[in-house]
Order: sequence, then structure tokens, then C-alpha cells
Amino acid sequence: MTIIDASNLDHREINDKIREAGEEMTIRGCLGQRFIATGASDKKIAIEGVPGNALGSYLNGATIDVRGNAQDAVGDTMNDGTIIVRGDVRDVAGYAARRGRIYVRGNAGYRVGVHMKAYEDKSPLIVVGGRAGSFLGEYQAGGSIVVLGLGIGDKPLVGDFPCAGMHGGKMWLRCAPDRVRFPNQVLARRIEESERAELRALIADYCRVFDLDLDETTSGAFTVVVPNASNPYRQLRVDN
Amino acid sequence: MKLEGQVRIPSGCAIAAAISREGRRFNGEKIAAAMRPMRERSNGLGGGFAGYGIYPEYKDFFALHMFFESRDARKSCESYLKERFEIVQSEIMPTRKIPEITDEPIIWRYFVAPHRSALRSLQVDENEFVVRVATKINAETNGAHIFSCGKNMGAFKAVGYPEDVARFYRLEEYEGYSWIAHGRYPTNTPGWWGGAHPFALLDRAVVHNGEISSYDANRRCVEMFGYKCSLMTDTEVITYIMDRLLRVQGLTLTEVAQIVAAPFWSTIDAIDDPEERERLKYLRTAFSSLLITGPFSIILGFNGGLMALNDRLKLRSSVVGEKGDAVYIASEEAAIRAMEENVENVWAPAGGEPVIVYAKEGGR
Amino acid sequence: MGADFLYPEFEVVRNPNRCVNCRICERQCSNGVHGWDAKTKTMTQDDAKCVDCQRCVAMCPTRALKIVKSDCVFRENANWSNDAIREIHKQASTGGALLSSMGNPTTAPIYWDRLLINASQVTNPPVDPLREPMETRVFLGKKPNRIERGPDGKIVPKLEPQLELSVPIMFAAMSYGSISLNAHAALARAATELGILYNTGEGGLREDFYQYGPNTVVQVASGRFGVHEDYLRAGVAIEIKMGQGAKPGIGGHLPGEKIVGDVAKTRMIPEGADAVSPAPHHDIYSIEDLRQLVLSLKEATEYRKPIIVKVAAVHNIAAIASGIARSGADVIAIDGWRGGTGAAPTRIRDNVGIPVELALAAVDQRLRDEGIRNDVSLIVGGSVRSASDLVKAIALGADACYIGTATLIALGCRMCRTCRSGKCNWGIATQRPELVERLDPEIGRKRLVNLVSAWKLELAEMMGGMGINSVEALRGNRLMLRGVGLTEKELEVLGVSCAGE
Repeated sequence: MTIIDASNLDHREINDKIREAGEEMTIRGCLGQRFIATGASDKKIAIEGVPGNALGSYLNGATIDVRGNAQDAVGDTMNDGTIIVRGDVRDVAGYAARRGRIYVRGNAGYRVGVHMKAYEDKSPLIVVGGRAGSFLGEYQAGGSIVVLGLGIGDKPLVGDFPCAGMHGGKMWLRCAPDRVRFPNQVLARRIEESERAELRALIADYCRVFDLDLDETTSGAFTVVVPNASNPYRQLRVDN
Repeated sequence: MKLEGQVRIPSGCAIAAAISREGRRFNGEKIAAAMRPMRERSNGLGGGFAGYGIYPEYKDFFALHMFFESRDARKSCESYLKERFEIVQSEIMPTRKIPEITDEPIIWRYFVAPHRSALRSLQVDENEFVVRVATKINAETNGAHIFSCGKNMGAFKAVGYPEDVARFYRLEEYEGYSWIAHGRYPTNTPGWWGGAHPFALLDRAVVHNGEISSYDANRRCVEMFGYKCSLMTDTEVITYIMDRLLRVQGLTLTEVAQIVAAPFWSTIDAIDDPEERERLKYLRTAFSSLLITGPFSIILGFNGGLMALNDRLKLRSSVVGEKGDAVYIASEEAAIRAMEENVENVWAPAGGEPVIVYAKEGGR
Repeated sequence: MGADFLYPEFEVVRNPNRCVNCRICERQCSNGVHGWDAKTKTMTQDDAKCVDCQRCVAMCPTRALKIVKSDCVFRENANWSNDAIREIHKQASTGGALLSSMGNPTTAPIYWDRLLINASQVTNPPVDPLREPMETRVFLGKKPNRIERGPDGKIVPKLEPQLELSVPIMFAAMSYGSISLNAHAALARAATELGILYNTGEGGLREDFYQYGPNTVVQVASGRFGVHEDYLRAGVAIEIKMGQGAKPGIGGHLPGEKIVGDVAKTRMIPEGADAVSPAPHHDIYSIEDLRQLVLSLKEATEYRKPIIVKVAAVHNIAAIASGIARSGADVIAIDGWRGGTGAAPTRIRDNVGIPVELALAAVDQRLRDEGIRNDVSLIVGGSVRSASDLVKAIALGADACYIGTATLIALGCRMCRTCRSGKCNWGIATQRPELVERLDPEIGRKRLVNLVSAWKLELAEMMGGMGINSVEALRGNRLMLRGVGLTEKELEVLGVSCAGE
């Protein structure tokens, strides 16, 4: 396994070293370098320190495992692969992701999963272990977003204006529907018992990665959110 | 090509701050280190810092940091100052010649106290007096520019990358209990020293990231009250808003945050406590022209503390972390880690949620 | 005939292949254009009576009718236009001063069309108006210059009376008398549903309309028709009408024949008596007298209602507005040169006053220069034709806009500009029961709600494009405007830069 010491490298040098390295590597001493592993496909990359913005953008199948926190725009326009963040992610994680998985053990910032979509047989998945900020799943067009709220106490699971403009995909929130204010464009309801199996399948891998009890994690109140089937925007326009 | 003041120049940026709650003083190297991992956010056309508690030997005097275009400009401005202030110290700003920072203007530093007779004749307090003098000098094209005028604090700024600006101004030789910093990414200017940030008025200094969309609504409101937005930058107008609301109106920092990054009406309407609902409605209605829209993250430094604030949609990032009595704030976590590798309690404040930190013995 | 004869302006074109002689056009036309020749069993017509209101066109079940502009015109002359010649003939044959309806139709400059709106690109983001919160709520009224704290240090949240609007649009003053009861009902109901305000005009207020009080502005004009204690308390605000953009400096005159039944009762004057509104308020001959009227109205309503002072945009409007702001008034309404009217002398309508865009820019700047902009809110009208006019008005400095003509068009008006005849075929500018009943107030309500909702959406979209998510941040934000085809002086008065600058 290759060790890359990033402490004196800029982002181009880091990405060159990632390309030169074998399949598995650890990057140490990261401090804000952006675009790490952009477009990477067949690599397994562990990261120590704080990777900069746009970590794993256009990721094409590689696996990234961040031992601490990550910054803004994790997995921007990601095509496939897995990004594991053992700490928190900041804003706009998973923007326009088409496939792949983003697993966050801690909290997530604003606009997570914004315009996430699905394509062909694959569907992207974002799982947040803690809380998510405002505008979660804004314009969500496909895929699944799960927020678990593990150990958050009384704090709200999500911020304001979740699902604004959601028009595809599915969202799972580990709380009762009346705890969150949703826009008219979506249908938010209590999970049906028949859906628990779907939820289990969705996050089994997440629980394995973070060593969580799947039964316990998928039990209790869950809110399922899907778009309102009727196009809410059509009546707003008139031909001129 | 037009400079700040002749045309409005939007810019993106990096910001950072470090403060000791205990009032412990530390030199400027730490805050300079914060800017290095955020180099992508600047473009070398502006960097700056403000330090608090850096002039304890002159703490009762206003420290004027000034740029002059020429010796003549300095001489004529100095006689103007002498008519209005007792100048207890007048010196060239200590700088270090480095290849990264060139074409510097004449940079001077004065420690002054307003003549009592001048205050009496205008019937104003010394703060208002200093504001008026600074506004007048900066609004006129006389080759003189006051870029810092607070007590026991100072702003330092230049065209260049912030870490170079720190070396240029020898910030390692200053010790402050609170520091704020800025790296600038202006979009269409050759870069001008006066246009770099922070923008400071009295002891309040603002660093800011983002381009606000409410600029002209805000500018035309504050200009009613004697301010002159001569630089036409967001940071300048935000500083005037802060001065107006905090110093003149006597509002608290939290109240100011609820005006400039007001909660949405839908949020206010949903508040159960009628008293709180009325209070927030009052603040929004009374100061509606001071609502700031568009992306911003700002850090406001002042004697005794600082406040960080994001726009209500949180279109710019900011992260906060703590270690012992120290609090760190930056556009990116990496900048915080550059100041304190083992920082704890790292979190991202929500849009419109002010982070207010006070330092001991700093006064409010 | 002879020297007095003027060829009709419009010709009614009837397609004989489509006409089925149903005679609907005959019944629909209050002007008596269409007739029926029983002998030949054919439709007849008198083009001279046609005003091009298009009622018959809209009602013809077989689309057999169209109205065209006559091509029988005088010899072309760039100086002596066809209208100019016709007007001379009309005056020569009658000795009368010309009277017109609706706003100035000439090619006078429309500054709205010379102003362009900004949008965000790269340096800051546009905001999605359909999915993110977009705030159009405004409050009109005095804003405090100082906050007040109680002994506990808490802010005393006491504001002078404010008018809350869900969107910065108000329905302009149009009296009951100048327009029909059903038109008024549609305006009142729509304002209530929309969370905005309509305005009684100077015709008083029927008691069955008091239910719309929370969305009503009651007007006090120089004739003081229908003004009494209950009336003043019926609305949320009182508007003192000093002038009207279409006819600055002159009063009004509703002829006795229109003062019938209910209109007379609502105005509290005898049936058949002329309703004359004097040119001035005879208790206001100077600015300090305005203060007297403002305060007397406040006294009468226990300081609970904001007072709006409506003035026509005239040359010295900035100084006038400054005087009004210092009179104790809460809101200034400025009615521009192109504003609408039921009837106004043509020469005055087309030549007296200034465009509202310039008036607004001058007033907003003057009030700021004097540091008193927060003491009053500004409403402008005359004429605001679309959501983009609205956006431009707000960016120039308006708090809200009055729309009058646009509301009438929404109710069915085709802008034939003959309101003064009282024969409005659309049931709007008429008191004839058989015409009034053509306007269903419920349908009218819905159409007005549709109109304002569409403008609100367009406002939000333009704001979103500029990266502004609250209308407060648009108000006076002239950086969001650029001018095209304007002189430097015009740009200076408007306080905007030239496109490209």
C-alpha cells in the first residue's frame, strides 16, 4: 500500500501521485487541498487530515475513506463509487450525483443531495448518521437520501426547507413526519412496515462500514418523502 | 481602468479569525498560517488583517493607519489632522521589503486624540468625531486614505496574497488577543491597496466573502445617515451598517444579526411565543433596508470580541472550532486546522446564526 | 354633414358567410352600432357610433365580426396628424374643450421601457424562486429612526401603524360612480383574497362593503363625498387625494345624470345633483394646511390608521414630497403623467405633469438626501403595466405600486377609452344596471387574483435572477437597473448607469 504525504503538496501533485500509485493508498497530512481523487475509478484511497472542497468530484468508481471531516462539495457530480466520511461533511455534498454512495457518520451541512439523480439501473445513495442542514435534497430528482440522527438528542434532524423542489427519488428521515415542515411539492408520511425491508437493504452496507446495529438503526419512527405525483409547476405558466 | 470608488467591483474571498476568550495575546503568525490552505480562494489582488489589543501602550489613543499617494498628500493631510487632533506619535509603518509585495504607497501610522475644543464646537463625542474625519478624508480625492482608526487595534492590508501581506507588515511582531483575516478574489480590478479588506471604522473591522445582491439598497440607506460609500465594496457598506446599528442605534449583536440576516417571514410566522414574534417582526420592519441578501459570510471584529455571520440561505461556508480558551473561525476547516491542528468541537453555524465570542478585559 | 362631417374612425366588418343573424351584437352594443332591418332580414350597422370596445367581437358566436381602423384618412402630414386635424374640427363645430378617458395614449416617452433589469452570473448566484423562499411581503408606513427599550432592556416593538401587503401591489383609487358596483366588488374581494388593498376612490363606501375593511383604503378628496366618521374608520388607511396624474391641478365633475339611486346615497348627496370635486381642497392652500388635515384625520381615527397623501407627478414633485413627508403623513402616493382617468380634459391629460419614473427617482433621492426617506413609504402608479414595470419601480425606490388600468383590463376592458360616456359594454365604467350585470363580480375577482398572482410569480422570478430573495433588498437598489437610449441627464435623474457601464 502506498503512503502519500500531502503536507507539502498542492492538489495537482496529490492527484498525480494518486494516479501513479497502485490500487490502495493512504494520503496523510491533508490540509484543504481541493479536488482530491477527481474522476478516479479503480482506487481505494484513505485520507487523513482535512481534504479540501470538491473531494471526489466526478468520482468514477473509486472508494474514498476520510478518517475525519471533509469540506464543501464532497462527491460533486459523482458518477459512481463510494465516499466514506467518518466525521462531518459541510455544504452541497453529493450535488448532481448520478450513482454511487456517500456515507457520512457525523453531520452534514446545507443542501446535501441537491439535484441528485438516478441513471439506468443504478441509483445514488447518501446516508447521514447525524443531522443535516437546511435545503436537504433540494431539487432531488432520483436516488435515496437517509438521515439517521444518531445521538443528536433534542436537536432537529434536518434544517429548514427540506425537499424544496424535490421531483424524484426518495428520502428517509428517522423521525415522525410532524417534526419537519415540508413544502407542498412532496408527500411526507410515516414509514409503512412493509417498507422496512427496503430501508434495511438500503443502509445495511452503511451499518456494516460504521459497525452499527442494523436492527436498531432501522427501528422506530421514520418519515418517507416522495415527490407529489402531479406536476406542481405546470399551472404557473401560460403560453405567450 | 476604474478602481474601487469609481465602479463597483464584486469579489470572492477567504476569511478567518482567531480569538482568545481569556484575552491572551498571540502574534500574527497564527492567523497568517490560516490563509495558506485557502490560497485557492484568493487571487493575489488583496489581503489583509486586523489585530485587537496590539497597541496597549497607546490604548487610549486612536491609531490611524493611512495610505498616502505622495509626500505632499501626507504633508497636507497631516496639517489637516493637526487642526483636529493631538498627535502623540507619528511614524512610518514598519514593513518588510519582499518581492511579492510591490508598488506600496506611503504607509503611515498616527496615534491621536481629538482636540476637546473640536468636540465641543461640533457637540459630538470622540467616536463620532473620528468617524466624520475618516469619512471626509476618504471621500475626497486628496491622495490620503485612512484604513484603520480604532483604539488598541489596527488593520493591515495590501495588494498581494494574505500570507505575503502578513510578512510585509511584520505581523509576527504584533501581539493581539483577537485577529481577523481576509484573502481577496476581486473580479475585474488591477487591485488597489485601499480596496483590500478588512474595512475598518473605529474599532470595528469587517472581513467578508461573497457578493451581496442588496448592495445598493443598503448603500442608499446608510448614506442617509452621513456615511459615504467611497469604495463601493460590500465590506464597506456592511461596516457602516454595523456602525449604524451597534454604535448609533445601540442594538446588540444578536439583534443586528436578526436584521441583516433576518429570519424568513415563514419562520417568524411559525414562532409560538407572540412576544418573540413581535420583536422579530419589529426588527425586520423597522430596518427593512438593512436586510442583506445574496451570499455572504462575514466576521466582524471589535474591541473585546468578534461575531461571525452567514447569509440566511447560507450561500457561503464558514466553520467554527475551539481549543481551550481559543475560538477559531474560517471559510474552511483546513484553515482552522492550520491554526490549531487538534481543534475540537468543529461545527458549521447555520445561515443567519451569529457566532459571538467575547474576550476578557476587552470591554464591549 | 358638410364641414362638420368626420368619417368614422372605425369600420365594423361583418363576414356575411359567417353571420347567422342571431342579433347578439345588436343586444350587446350599448352604443347602438348594430341594427336589424326587418324588411331585408339583414343586420345593419352605424360605424360612426362604434368605439372599438370589441364587445360584439367577443360575443359573436360565429366570429363573424371584426372592427378595423378606417383607412379613410386625411392626407398624410407629419406635423398635422390625423388626430390633430379631427380635434380642430370637433372644437370648431362645438366650441368645447376636448375631453378624453383613460391615460395618455400618445407616443410620450415611457421610461420603464428604457430601463433594463440585472441578473446574477458567477460572482453571486441567482435564487430559484419556485423552490427557495422568496419574500414579497412589504409594510407601508413610518419606520422608527430610534429604537426604544423598556426598563428591562427589551426592545419596545411599537411601530406607527403599518399596512401589510403580501405583494407590493395595490388597486388604485377608482370611485363607485366612475366604475360600477360589480367592478368594486371584484376589486374588494380580490384584494381580500390576495392580502393586498383596494381603494374606494372619492365616491364613498356602501355599508355592505365594510366587511372588506381590512383590505380597504378609504379616500378623502376635495369633494368629501361620503366622508363621515364610520367611513374613516371603515378601512385600514385613509388616502387624501390632492391630485391625479391624468389631470393635475383640476378637480372632477360627475354629472347629475350619473348621480342616481345608490351612487347618490353612497356619496351622501341628493339624486341628480352634480358631484363636483373642487380643484383644491379648500382647507389646504399651503403645506402647513396639509398637516392640519393629516392630523385631523389621525385624530378622528385615534392615530390607528396610516395617512396616504396622493399627488400628481408635477415639475416640483421632489420638494412637494419632502413637504408631505414632514406633514405627518405616513405614505406618499405619486400618480404619473400617464395615469388613467374616467374623464379628463385632453390637453391637460396629455401635457400636464411629468412621467412617474422620473418623479419617483427624484422623490426617492430627495427624501434620502434630506434623511427622511424612512419617515414615509412611497407608492407609485400611472402607469404600471406589468411585473417588469413593478420591478423597475421598486428598484428606483418605490415601496409599492398602484395599478388601476391593468385591473380594468383584467376585468374585461379593451381600452376603447370612452369611459366618460357611461355606456361601457363591459359593465365596468357604467351605472346602467343592464350593463353592470354583465360583469360577474366573482369572475372579476378570480381574474384579478390571477393577474396579481401571475405578477407575483414574475416578480419573484426577476428577483431570483438578481439573487435577491426579499423585496426589501430590491427597494431603491438602482444598481439592478441600467438605462438604454437615455441622455446623460435622464440617467442622472433616474440615478442609474448606462447599459455597459
